[in-house]
Amino acid sequence: MSSQPTSVAVRPDGTAARPTAFQRWSVPALTLAGLAVLLWVGQSGALTKYTQTVIMFMAVNVIVSASLNLVNGYMGEFSCGHGGFMAVGAYVSSVLGVLLFAKDRVFGPPLLPPEWALVGFPLIVLVGGLAAALAGLLVAIPSFRTRGDYLAIITIAANYIVISAVENLDVIGGSRGFMGMKRVVKAMGRAWDLPWMLLWSFGFAVFTLWILRRFVYSTYGKGVMAICQDEVAAEIMSVNTNRMKVAAFMLSSGLAGVAGGLFAHIVGYVNPGSFGILKSTEALVMVYLGGMGSLSGSVLSAVLFTLLLEALRPLQIIKWIVVPLLLILLMQFRPEGILGNRELADVFPGLRRFFRFK
Amino acid sequence: MRRSWILAATLGLALAAPAWAADTIKIGFNIPLTGDIPKVGESSKYAAEMLREDVNSKGGLKVGDKTYKLEFIYEDNESKAESAVTTALKLIEQDEVLAIVGPNSSKQAVPAGQVCDDNETPMISPWSTNPDTTKDRPWVFRAAFLDPFQGPVAVDFATKTFQAKTAAVIYDLSNDYSKGLAEIFKADFEKKHGAGSVVAFESHGTKDQDFSAQLTKIIAAKPDFIFVPDNYNQVALIVKQAHNLGWTGPFMGSDAWGSAELMELCGDDCKGHYFSTHYAAAGATGATKEFIERYKAKYGYTPDDVAALTWDATRIVLQAIQDTGGLTGDLDKDRKAIRDAMASIKEFDGITGKMRFDEQGDPIKCAVVVKINDQGEFVFTESVCP
Amino acid sequence: MLSTIVQNLLNALQWGSFYALIALGYSLVYGVLLLINFAHGDVFMVGAYIGFFVATFLLTQAAGLPGWVVLAVTIPATMALTAVVGVTLERVAYRPLRRKGANRLYVVITALMAGLILEHGNLALLGASRKKFPELINEVVYTVGGVSFTNLKIAVILAAFAVFVLLHFIVTRTKIGMAMRAISYDKFAVPLMGIPIDTVIVFTFILGSSMAGLAGVLFAMSYPVLEPYMGALIGWKAFIAAVVGGIGDIRGAFVGGFLLGAVEILVVAFFPSTFRDLIAFTVLLVILSFKPTGLFGVAKTTKI
Repeated sequence: MSSQPTSVAVRPDGTAARPTAFQRWSVPALTLAGLAVLLWVGQSGALTKYTQTVIMFMAVNVIVSASLNLVNGYMGEFSCGHGGFMAVGAYVSSVLGVLLFAKDRVFGPPLLPPEWALVGFPLIVLVGGLAAALAGLLVAIPSFRTRGDYLAIITIAANYIVISAVENLDVIGGSRGFMGMKRVVKAMGRAWDLPWMLLWSFGFAVFTLWILRRFVYSTYGKGVMAICQDEVAAEIMSVNTNRMKVAAFMLSSGLAGVAGGLFAHIVGYVNPGSFGILKSTEALVMVYLGGMGSLSGSVLSAVLFTLLLEALRPLQIIKWIVVPLLLILLMQFRPEGILGNRELADVFPGLRRFFRFK
Repeated sequence: MRRSWILAATLGLALAAPAWAADTIKIGFNIPLTGDIPKVGESSKYAAEMLREDVNSKGGLKVGDKTYKLEFIYEDNESKAESAVTTALKLIEQDEVLAIVGPNSSKQAVPAGQVCDDNETPMISPWSTNPDTTKDRPWVFRAAFLDPFQGPVAVDFATKTFQAKTAAVIYDLSNDYSKGLAEIFKADFEKKHGAGSVVAFESHGTKDQDFSAQLTKIIAAKPDFIFVPDNYNQVALIVKQAHNLGWTGPFMGSDAWGSAELMELCGDDCKGHYFSTHYAAAGATGATKEFIERYKAKYGYTPDDVAALTWDATRIVLQAIQDTGGLTGDLDKDRKAIRDAMASIKEFDGITGKMRFDEQGDPIKCAVVVKINDQGEFVFTESVCP
Repeated sequence: MLSTIVQNLLNALQWGSFYALIALGYSLVYGVLLLINFAHGDVFMVGAYIGFFVATFLLTQAAGLPGWVVLAVTIPATMALTAVVGVTLERVAYRPLRRKGANRLYVVITALMAGLILEHGNLALLGASRKKFPELINEVVYTVGGVSFTNLKIAVILAAFAVFVLLHFIVTRTKIGMAMRAISYDKFAVPLMGIPIDTVIVFTFILGSSMAGLAGVLFAMSYPVLEPYMGALIGWKAFIAAVVGGIGDIRGAFVGGFLLGAVEILVVAFFPSTFRDLIAFTVLLVILSFKPTGLFGVAKTTKI
């Protein structure tokens, strides 16, 4: 690709103001290629179901870590209750899905023909995300007056409240958990035989990254980084910090809800115990491992973390000594995470020719 | 550079496929070695390891006219639902096991059962009591009896032995086993003694250590006895704290009490109380006694119910493999044959009692009620059969 | 009715004592370093195990010693050994990161990881069997007017108050306490005044960890079932208590600990116990939304 630098305005980071055709189409093309590869992989059985499941969990983890990065990295808050929002998304989309598309002991016959799950599935996942975004208000509103470690407590408390609320709702199984999502997934497969969960996990991961990138690098979204730098100064510079916080928290928790919805349909069973503090801790680890304020770092760390957990299985108990030890060592050598606050393009400038990161 | 090493090492480990040996039988174990209940995983692993050494030292398992060595693959599911799913898939596809034993708690057994049923691999959960684990899943079995059977056993026994008119329950809200049993107990007790005869119905969290508020409430309600369907480690704390708060009445427990560790942790406080379980360790005879003594000699403590149930579950699998009359080497065919053989076992004489499977894959077996005597032994009191 | 209330208050005081003792450790370290030492709950767990080994060692090696002598040796020994663990963590994991000027949240994550290592290291070394703490003193149940309590319960509550008075004295009345407060006030000016900042930090960790060790022994005596994960939940909750009280303040940690203990116990006593976490944490959220920096916290504009 050769661009004509003569007549093109130049942005501060040295790239052309207007994306070249290559830059514009590289991501959609890559996404399509990715989907095609996954389709082939799923249909031909080139990868075992185990590997496919690991890929799906990888995608879920990408969504989790990238969405938490918006609050913990870009905005510089310390939210440790991401698992709670996943729980909201997981439960809302599961209950909706089972209610609409599957026969269930509690809810009776499906309200809609099961084949409609094909179009209905992404919608119920998004509705789950929407519900989680509303739950995000629970954290966003107290964040107007407090921040830092006090906000950390509020998020932990929110996590406990969500878990405890689910445990007390016997309609959706309480602590027995809720199942039936596999029937929704199978209904999709019957309508059109494709590896749907694989495709949707990948699709939603790309969607998350796309929306987060659009948000944080838009003029409006620069307010998030302004809050991170100096909240008072941001307020003076006409950033409506309260509105910014609500937007960031809701987007972040909403995407966590999407991850939760996918998670529920991959596992086929949800249980409040799966979304406790431990889940939130994993999300935190992935964010800081990748680097605060780096989307590509979040993706990298989510992929690495998932792989590491699977690859070290043979160590059994020792695994949970080795993994934290590796992470501590990594922190000692790279105290800013894998990428720090840089994106991949800052590390490999050559990539800029193919894709615009900011 | 450092990063790429880690990446390379990771990929290398992930891709290292286990070698396939023709004359071995592989059975997978999907058990919690870390996470909330590491003791459960350890018990399962120890019991299975003992069985494997037994069979292999005798030359192996004779199936048809060929003898196979056993290979058991233990995978940690970290007590997490998602990890149980990947563990099951890994065992089915990477390790190519013939059957899977585990997971133990329902939180992992329900989703893992789905995976095994979808991928047509026989699975038997030693310990899960949630009906969903086996419901409408022809490939999934279990070795433990269900809560709807155990609850009424406790009600009948307490009514008869303590002449109880009122009861109190303390249970673990986040533990579906405990919660399910508590609810069934409550429903059955109130059916027998009228509404409101369960005078206190209190819950706590899984990792709680202080139960004083719940117990204060229970003691103030003056029940005839307290039903505690909880894991033995919490039982030790609950019973001790109740005594410190002035409670002198009886306790009734469930099969989750059935661990040798109970007496070590609880000491004198637990003596004189009753619980329903799968087998009575004290006064056990025959194969049960032999198992307990050998386990104790090998690992230094009396086996708990998980160990005994894993032993039985694994033996059921081996029995089913022998019943097939010969393995073809074709994984799908063999798995199908093993499933059919398991479903048609007429009567299996396990160390936790005689059992056979109903059409859902749940065992039909007897429960025993044991008393903890002054020596801290679990003494057989009565047997209840469905 | 009155006896039920008094009984529940006693229960709350005992349970709150443990929250308070652990929260003190969080607060001390936070006050000096602005570091949430998430490994603290696990240091508490290690303390309980150290107490177990010291007590068992004494009981087997010097059989015939009366229980109170064993206890009198176990407590200081455990506090010293737990302090060693805490200081080792600071030297090996936290200090190098601080020297490199890492964002403090990376130190927090390191602390989380260190906690995981302590938990699973214990699991791998000692196996999954739970340990029973030996009975060192004879627990006696007293019943006065329908209220039951044990000598141990009273001892725990008294110990918590004594520790609070001691720490409050150290922080407000001694030279090293003054240095601790100075560091939290201005980290950069303090070294210029000739105060050995690392010594003060190590001293802080010694104080915090030895309190966790003390809490470990007392806890193990009251709730004698030891397991590797016993510190995780109580650690998180003690952290919450410290923040609600106003983190960085000794009084805050103390009051916050008792407050959380009381809320948890009283919710169970007067509401259906299934709603405990729901109600208890909602109450804390409400408190924080009225006092955004905790009960004793001072509002100051900080940025991360």
